[in-house]
Parts: sequence; structure tokens; C-alpha cells
Amino acid sequence: MRSTLVSLAAFALLAALPAWAQTSTISPDRIDAVIKSAFPNAPEDFKSRLLPDATMKDCTAHANNPPPAIAEAIQKSEAATIQYPPDGKFLGDWRKGEALAQSGYGLRFSDYPPTRANGGNCYACHQLTRQELSYGTVGPSLLEYGKLRDFKAEDAKTVYEKIYDPHVALACSLMPRFGSNKVLTIDQIKDIVALLMSPDSPVNK
Amino acid sequence: MKPRRMLLAAACIALILPFAAPAQDETEKGLEKYRQMLKEDPWSNPGFLDADRGETLWMTPRGPKNVSLEACDLGKGPGRVDGAFAELPRYFADADRVMDVETRVLWCMATLQGFSREQLTTKPHPAGGQPVKEIGAIATFIASKSNGLAFAAPLGPKEKEMAALGEALFVRRSGPFDFACATCHAEEGRRIRLQGLPVLAQPEAARKVVGEWPGYRVSASHVMTMQHRLYDCYWQMRMPELEFGSEASVALVAYLVKQAQGGPISAPGLKR
Repeated sequence: MRSTLVSLAAFALLAALPAWAQTSTISPDRIDAVIKSAFPNAPEDFKSRLLPDATMKDCTAHANNPPPAIAEAIQKSEAATIQYPPDGKFLGDWRKGEALAQSGYGLRFSDYPPTRANGGNCYACHQLTRQELSYGTVGPSLLEYGKLRDFKAEDAKTVYEKIYDPHVALACSLMPRFGSNKVLTIDQIKDIVALLMSPDSPVNK
Repeated sequence: MKPRRMLLAAACIALILPFAAPAQDETEKGLEKYRQMLKEDPWSNPGFLDADRGETLWMTPRGPKNVSLEACDLGKGPGRVDGAFAELPRYFADADRVMDVETRVLWCMATLQGFSREQLTTKPHPAGGQPVKEIGAIATFIASKSNGLAFAAPLGPKEKEMAALGEALFVRRSGPFDFACATCHAEEGRRIRLQGLPVLAQPEAARKVVGEWPGYRVSASHVMTMQHRLYDCYWQMRMPELEFGSEASVALVAYLVKQAQGGPISAPGLKR
């Protein structure tokens, strides 16, 4: 119920945004050329970052508010990218999940060569625990996330999918595709799922 | 989180902790108090030292051609600095490009004084604790000479196209985090951790903040220019290093200034 409300609110907000991209007079070719020359020293393995994939092209073109047919197509194609834990378990270690939620390390041009694992940086955008006051509000509060869902097993699977690829639940979500974009590993995502869904996690205290 | 930002965050939390719930409102109040304290004594802003340094650099004969920048045309005629920043970015026929203040200073230093463009654009921004580079100091001087004026950049066809390009870049999502500028700067009341995010997509919000750049950034102990600010945004977005003076960087400045049109200039500002 609560997640439905949040989704509804998100849709309402998105619908209220102006459709900038649709009114753009600049051709896609010009934009791609300008982006290419803006980052002339991009390392070879960074070059793919400059061009949006099909999903991001659609989301940008529709100001993150795609019409139903396109939203459905995005949900379908993104669902196909999800890899599930080989052991079938969705809950890892919430303590490691908390550390990942705090860490914003990784993938910045100053993070090479990497000195530690990428973080999830969840607190940048979400409230998670009562203890951490330094949290962002770009995404909804996730306080008591598991408790509000009675710690149901199917919700652990759903939240795994949301972290792995949020576009399956909400096409053109603003959240990064942590699994599909190879930001976090399957085990790291399981640790964050545990942070949200374990009864003994500080999220649910 | 960089050590300085952690310190700052810790200081903010220390400020906030004694207050009662609801925590979020109190958090915002605590942060606002901190910002007010920074603004209370504008002459304590160390950014003015860089504006002075920029003025000296502007007037002193330098470079392989040993000339000052007083022949540099910022759009209001050679050497005319007063009010020039308020009318930038603009199209310059001599360079056949729309230029923001930093790109124009780069062009003048390369063309008039004979400095190497390549040297000026390699590591163009200071690391934390280091003073702003020469172009940034000169840009700070130029911007400070439009203080009290409102942004009134010309909006001819070339400038309009540049602002439209900037808008397209502002909403364009890519990179491993699928971020656009609009991801963080299109909705009201949003924060990253405790840092409030200006809604640059809305003119009334843009008018309040765009005129504070270049600004002295307390957490980095140096003046940060608008080009540097955009470079830092792309760093956070997990994109590669934004080229100084690139068309994309100028386009984004043109878009932000168009959004802030009519808003006051108060440079150097004092930032977190």
C-alpha cells in the first residue's frame, strides 16, 4: 500500500515536470558530437559512458515520464538484464550492507586504479536508519522498510530487483541500475537487501 | 566523502543534535544558520584576495608577447571590465564562438599574450587548499566588477542555440549511474546527504544561486569557478573529466545564466 502510494506520488511528480527534452531544437547528432568533444581525454573504458543506452535515450526523450507502451517495453527489456543469486538467497549481511550504504566510493575518474570496492551510497538519497542523520531526500525514506512489509520473502526478492535495476518497478526511475550497470556485485546487493529486510537491521529498529 | 566534507558534515550534525524533532526541519534550520554566519561579514570572504590577484594579472604585461589583457574585449569593448560579466556568455565574432567569462579569458591569454592554450587547459582547476588558477582569479575579478547588476546575457540566435544545447545536456542521462544534471536539480526540497540542491530548472531558484559563482568554497578553501563547478558535477556523475572551455561547458553556463536572467550578481559568493 505504502509503496503504491510512493509510486503514485512519484508518477504525479514526474507528470508535473515540464517536458524539456521534447521541445529541444538540438539534433541528437549535435548533442553526441558536443559530448564527445567535451571529454577528449576520456580513458578508453570510459567511452561507453558518453552515450546513453536505449533505455536512457527513451527516458531522456520523454523527460522520465514515458507513455505506457514505452514504459512497458523498458520494464521488459530491463527485467531481462537481472541476474539472480545462484544460491537463491536474497539476504546477505546487513552490517556489510550498512557500510555499502555509507560509502560513495567508486567509478569517479579520481577512483582509478580502485583501492577498494564500490559503494552503494544509499544515504546520499535515502533515509535508512534513525542513527544516521546525514541522509538525502532525492529518493523516498526507507526507514522500517522490512518491518512495514512484515519481512515477507517475496519483498526481499522485489527489493533485490529494485536495487539491481529500478526500471523494472518504475520505468525511468532516477535511481542508478546498480546491478545492470555493474556498479555493485550480486553479493553486495544481497548485503543491502539484508540491511532493508532483516528484522535485526537498524533500518527496522 | 572527502575528509573536509566529513568534518563539515560532522560540524553540522553537532550543530543539529541538541535540537528536538522533527529532525528534518531542524536540520534545515541548522544548515541555514551556518550559511547565514558565513554571509554575515562579506568582507571576510577570502575570495576577494583572488579578485585582487586577478586584477593585477589583468593589468600586468605578461606572456610571450608581454602585453596586458587591457586589449581583451569582453564584449563591451577592449579593456572594458565594468558590467561585462553580466552580459556573458555571448557570441564573439573574432573567435566565431559563444564564450563564457573563463573561455574568453583563455582566448585572450592565448591570442593576445601568446600563452599556450594547451598549458592553460591542462589541470585548469585547483586541488583542495590550492589557490584558484590564473584564469579563475581573472574571472573572479571580472565577475566582481558586475556586482549588484542583474544577469542580462544577450539572447541572439547564437546565444539562444547555446542555451538550448545546455538545456539538452542538463536533462541528458548517461554514465554508469544514469545521471543527468536534472536528476538532482529539477525538483524542490531535495538534498544529497545534508546538502540542499538548487532547483536550477526553475528560474526563481536559479536566480538565487547562479550569481554567487565564482565563489569561495569553504570546504575546499579556494575560489571555485563555474567551469570548475561543472567539472565537479560530472566527476560526481561518474563521467570523465570535462574539458575546460569545451562547447558543452559553455552551453551549460549559457543555460544556467539564461535560467538566472534578471537575478543578481554577487561574486565571489561564499559557498559551503
